[in-house]
Order: sequence, then structure tokens, then C-alpha cells
Amino acid sequence: MAEGAVGSVLRDARLVAGKDLRLEWRTRVTVSQLLPFALLVLVLFAFALDPDRRILGEATPGLFWLAVLFSTLLAIQRAFAVETVDGVVDALRLSGLDPAGVFLGKAAGIALHLLVVEVALGVGVTVMYGTSPSGPLLLVATALAATAGLAAAGALYGVLAAGLRVRDTLLPILWLPVVAPLLIGATQAFAAAYEQASGSGWRWCGLLAAFASLYAAIGIFAFEPLLEES
Amino acid sequence: MTSPTSGPSAGLFAVHPDGTASHGSRVLGSVVLASTALFLVLALVSSPPDTGGADAMGELVRIMYVHVPVANACYLAFFVTAFASGMYLWKRTEGWDCLAAASAEVGVVFTALTLATGSIWGHTTWGTWWEWDPRLTSTALMFVMYLGYLALRRAIIDPVSRAKQAAILGLISFVNVPIVHYSVEWWRSLHQQPTLTRADPTIDGLKLFTLLFGIVLGVLVYAWLMLHRFRMQWAEAQVEAKGLDVALAERRAEARADGGLGGSLDAGGVRS
Amino acid sequence: MDAVVRFRAAVCLLGRFPALAGVDLDVAPGEIVLLQGPNGAGKTTLLRACAGLVKVVDGDAEVLGVDLRADPRPVRPLVGLLGHATGLYDDLTVAENVRFWTRAGGAEEADARAAMGRLGLDGRLASVPVARLSAGQRRRTALAIVVARRPRLWLLDEPHAALDADGRDLVDALMADAVAAGATVLFASHELDRAEAVAHRSVLVAGGTATATPPVVPVG
Repeated sequence: MAEGAVGSVLRDARLVAGKDLRLEWRTRVTVSQLLPFALLVLVLFAFALDPDRRILGEATPGLFWLAVLFSTLLAIQRAFAVETVDGVVDALRLSGLDPAGVFLGKAAGIALHLLVVEVALGVGVTVMYGTSPSGPLLLVATALAATAGLAAAGALYGVLAAGLRVRDTLLPILWLPVVAPLLIGATQAFAAAYEQASGSGWRWCGLLAAFASLYAAIGIFAFEPLLEES
Repeated sequence: MTSPTSGPSAGLFAVHPDGTASHGSRVLGSVVLASTALFLVLALVSSPPDTGGADAMGELVRIMYVHVPVANACYLAFFVTAFASGMYLWKRTEGWDCLAAASAEVGVVFTALTLATGSIWGHTTWGTWWEWDPRLTSTALMFVMYLGYLALRRAIIDPVSRAKQAAILGLISFVNVPIVHYSVEWWRSLHQQPTLTRADPTIDGLKLFTLLFGIVLGVLVYAWLMLHRFRMQWAEAQVEAKGLDVALAERRAEARADGGLGGSLDAGGVRS
Repeated sequence: MDAVVRFRAAVCLLGRFPALAGVDLDVAPGEIVLLQGPNGAGKTTLLRACAGLVKVVDGDAEVLGVDLRADPRPVRPLVGLLGHATGLYDDLTVAENVRFWTRAGGAEEADARAAMGRLGLDGRLASVPVARLSAGQRRRTALAIVVARRPRLWLLDEPHAALDADGRDLVDALMADAVAAGATVLFASHELDRAEAVAHRSVLVAGGTATATPPVVPVG
């Protein structure tokens, strides 16, 4: 019995994520808008801080994740903007899709877009800030865990804000304090990887994984009532 | 469907026609006033200045008597919001929603006071208004989170929808509080910065009594504010509910007014 | 046989406004029932309530055996709603939309293809993004999704609107086919001449109320 329920949730998640990826393929919003935005943020940081490479190099982990955070805001808003027009949200409620599956599908879509942005940003900081990556295993694990947490919390708060007229100004103040711990953890883990002092880095990575699991669990239960009210 | 709002059975929901005061709240108010007077004497006059250890602050320790109770009350307020949110999702009665909303509002006020007193305390200790002390930093994040909660409540018009979404947010926000607290704490512990909580290790005797008295007083002030704020919310919710009966009557009157349109239809749906 | 729809003094709120202020309605299986009434009467809300999208807060409401006051969600997979909004993703093609929404409802791809064929969408139009379609073509796409899901209760909100003459004939034919296959149809329309020709009976909705008329056993 439970097997079937999990199976249908995953099936619906695959369906929704596939639909979001197909939408991305048609409109190329991530490639043509999100990536340039992320790279622009890196350039703006250089304007704000002394482009003396030492300072940028030292601050690379934090600046990288800050750029990711701002890009995620756009990704979340985009992910739910497509669902709140033309009665699509009614269609989602009527469709027979398991809301937990819709949550996982939306989160997976956001996460995949984020991973593309992170790869581009990784190249960007290496080139523009002159840092050379090291500790690749920790970097990858951290990126995966942090991305999962950002996407899970993003899908949850995204659906909460989606139905409101003030969603564009409300989403940042609701979501950013929630993922501030992710910013702290991912920055520390990246800093540890770059300095090759990985011990504490893995502990931060563990915190990120715990956060992602917690928000995945919350989202699985809370998405349905929030979708009903959108 | 709604509780009586006057008379002996009204209890907590009693709303005096001229305001939200009642016999109970006036008694509590007097107790709070008297206690505050006593507390001020204790805190400002009787309790000795801090003389122990290298971090001694002298007279300035007295800010702690305001900061700690206020900080304590704001965490209490958000706990009550989370608890009331959970109860609303279980029972679906509007009283719990009013409680959650009132507690969040009072909590945000106390949080602002916590940040202000903490900043003043920090200034007297370190000479700067903000030193990224872990507790103050996580309090600042919590402040923004609950401002967001209040903003969400303002953004939704339908009362049932608002109650449900705010309840879910209230619960999740409180879950975030320890996460934010511990990650900020861990982050700042990497650099040995002075923290407010380590500033005064020699609390005992009259100082301890004053501090505990202050904490209890903070809870009483919170309770008094809550009583009024909750009743205000409850009264507003009742006004909305009363409007429904009027709206139903008007809606049905539309039907009678439209009765002459479109010819007559018999039971078989055939137009005559 | 049990009634497909059974409402007694049902009240539905949209925010604080009582869109339905006491509706009595009976629909028997296999019927085609027309909802008519002035603008703002509550026809759309009534259809959405039957779909389980609007909460019934007072009275009795039962659709396909599901008590809408207790929990309206189980009724949703059983009904097909054609609303005013299309519920389509503008940037995906007709075929991609129909396939997604059909599979979401648990139906097969073959059902999707058959429905698109029935609605005349399987030629050139299949690979056109919905954003580039006319209003009538979008309506056909939304209707194809309803057809593909094979619901037991069809809820159509002004199905003839925005369609050309061929499209309107097609809608009438689809309603007749649905009923022949065992479904029930409840639809709202302002096109009274055409609608009354195809409906078995009609119900007048006004001021958020509808009065019950005894079901007529369908002829033929």
C-alpha cells in the first residue's frame, strides 16, 4: 500500500519536473536570463569591493553563495509564475497529481536550474576572482546539499507567496532568513575546501544535508494545504 | 457558532462595550504597574553594580535587567504563536488564529526592544552599536522573519485562507528559530568574539532575584498586552462574521428581484 | 440509481461573499442539465463547487458519493471541468499540454491522442505553442483534456463560447457521446436556443440560489 503511494508521488514528481524542464527548453529563461544575472552579480561585487584580487579571492566562498542565493530567488519566482496564470493552479488541484509529488517536482526543477547556475558561477569566480578550486569532493557534496536545501525551502515558500499580489516583495523577506543558515554553512564548507582544512567543512556539509532533509519533509506535508489556498 | 461576548460566561472573550478592558485585565494591569515600580527600585537602586571580574561593567549592568526579560518574552511570544498555529490547524476555531496573530504582533514589538536594548548594552561594553554578537544577530533574523509573518497576514483578505496559511507559516517560522540560532552561534564561535551572555558571570543574591523578578514581570507585561490585543483581534473577527448573515440575506434578495427575467419555466424546463 | 449531484441549501463563500446562498440541485446519472441565469448568479461557482474547488460551508452537498462538506478533494479525479480560464501552459505546444494533463490524471497517452483527434488538434496544430492559438483553439485544447480524462461528471462552463459553428456542433456531439458512454453532463450557457435543444432539462440559477426540479428520465 505504502509502496504504491511512494511510487505515485515519485511518478508525479517526474512528470512535473519533466514539464518544467520542457518549459525551460522552450523558453530558455535560465540560460538567457538567470545565468547572465548570476555573472552580473559577480561583476557587481567586484565593483563594490576593491577589485584587488586578494580581497575578492578571500571572500570568494561567500560571494559565490550570495550570488547563488539571489539567483535562486529569481528561479523560485519563475517556477511559480508559470503556475499562477490562466487557471493553471486550479488545473493542478483538479489534475489528480499528488501534491507531495508536485512539491518534489517543483523543487527538483529549481534544483536543476541552480546546479547549472552554480557551474557557471564556479567558472566565473575561478576566472574573475583568481581563485583555484581545491577539495573537489567537499565542493561537490556541499553544492548538492545546499542546492537541495535551497530548492526545498524555495518550493515551499514559493507556493506560499505564489497566490498573493505582493508575492515579489514578500518572498525575499520570508525565504532569505530561512536559508541564512545555508549561506553560513555553504560558505564555511567552501572556505574549508579552498584552504584544504576539510575537517570542519564536512561538519558544515552535514548541517546542510540535515537542513535539506528537514525542508523536504516539511514541504511534502505542507505543500498540499498551501496549494489549496493559492 | 460564536461565543457570547458579554455577561458572566464570556470569560476570556469578554469585550466591554467601550473597549477591551475587563475586571480581570484591570487587576492584572494594577499588579503589573505595582511590580514595575518595585522592579525599577530594585534594578536601579538596590541591586549592587557589577564589581566582579575583568569584564565588570559597573552601573551599566542594569541594562541587563531590561534586555534579558524582554528577550525572554519575545521567545515566549513566538512559541505561543507556534502553539496557537498548531492548535488552529487541529481545531480550526478562529480563537486560536486570533491568539497566534496577537502573540506575533506583541512578539515583534518585544523583539525590536530586544535588539535596541542589546545594541545599547553592546555599545556600553564595546563602544560600537553592533558587533555581530550571535544572539543579537539571530534575533535580528527572527525579527525579519516575523515581520514577514505579519506582512503575510496583511496580504490575505479571506479570513479562513489567511488563518490557514499564517498558521503553517507560524509553525515553520518557529522551527527555523533554533536552526538560525545554532548556525549563527556556531559561525561566530569560530572567531573568539565577546558575547553579551559571557559579560557578567557573577550574578547572585539580590542581582539574581532582580533578574528573575524582571523575567517574571516581562511575562506579565506580555500577558497583559496579549489580553488586549487578543480581544481586539477577536472583536474584529466577530464583526466579519456578522457581516455574513447580512450578505446572505442580500444575496437571496437578488434572486427574488431577478424572478421576472427570462419568462417562466415549468418543471420540465420547457419555455413558455 | 444514486444521484450524481445532490445539493440541499448549499452555501459557498468566495472570501466573505456568499456566491451560493442556498442551492437545491439534483442531477441523475446520464442526464444533460443546463444551468441558466443572469450574470453573477452563481453558475460558475456552482460548477466549481461540484468539482470540489470551492468549499461548501453550509447545507448538504454530495457529488458522485463524495460529501463535499467533509472533504471535497476525492471528487476531483472523477470530474472534468472546462472553466473560463484554459489551464494550459502557454509556452508548451498543444500536444505537450494534452499529454501532460492527461498523464497527470492517470490516463494513457493513447487517450490523449484520441482526444486530440476528436477535437481536430492532431494535425498542424499539435506542435503549435498554446500562446499562438486563438481563443477558440485554446478552448478546444482544454476540451480535449476533459475528453481524454473520461470523467464521470462533465462540468462545462459556457462551452459554446469562443467556438465557431463547427466547434459548437462538436461540443453538442461530445456531450451526447459522453452521456451515451455513461457519464453525466452539467453545463452553464447563455446560448439558450442551442443549449435547450441538447439539454434534457434546465435549472434556473439566480442570486446564489437554484430551485430543485425533479429529474426527468432521459429519452433515447
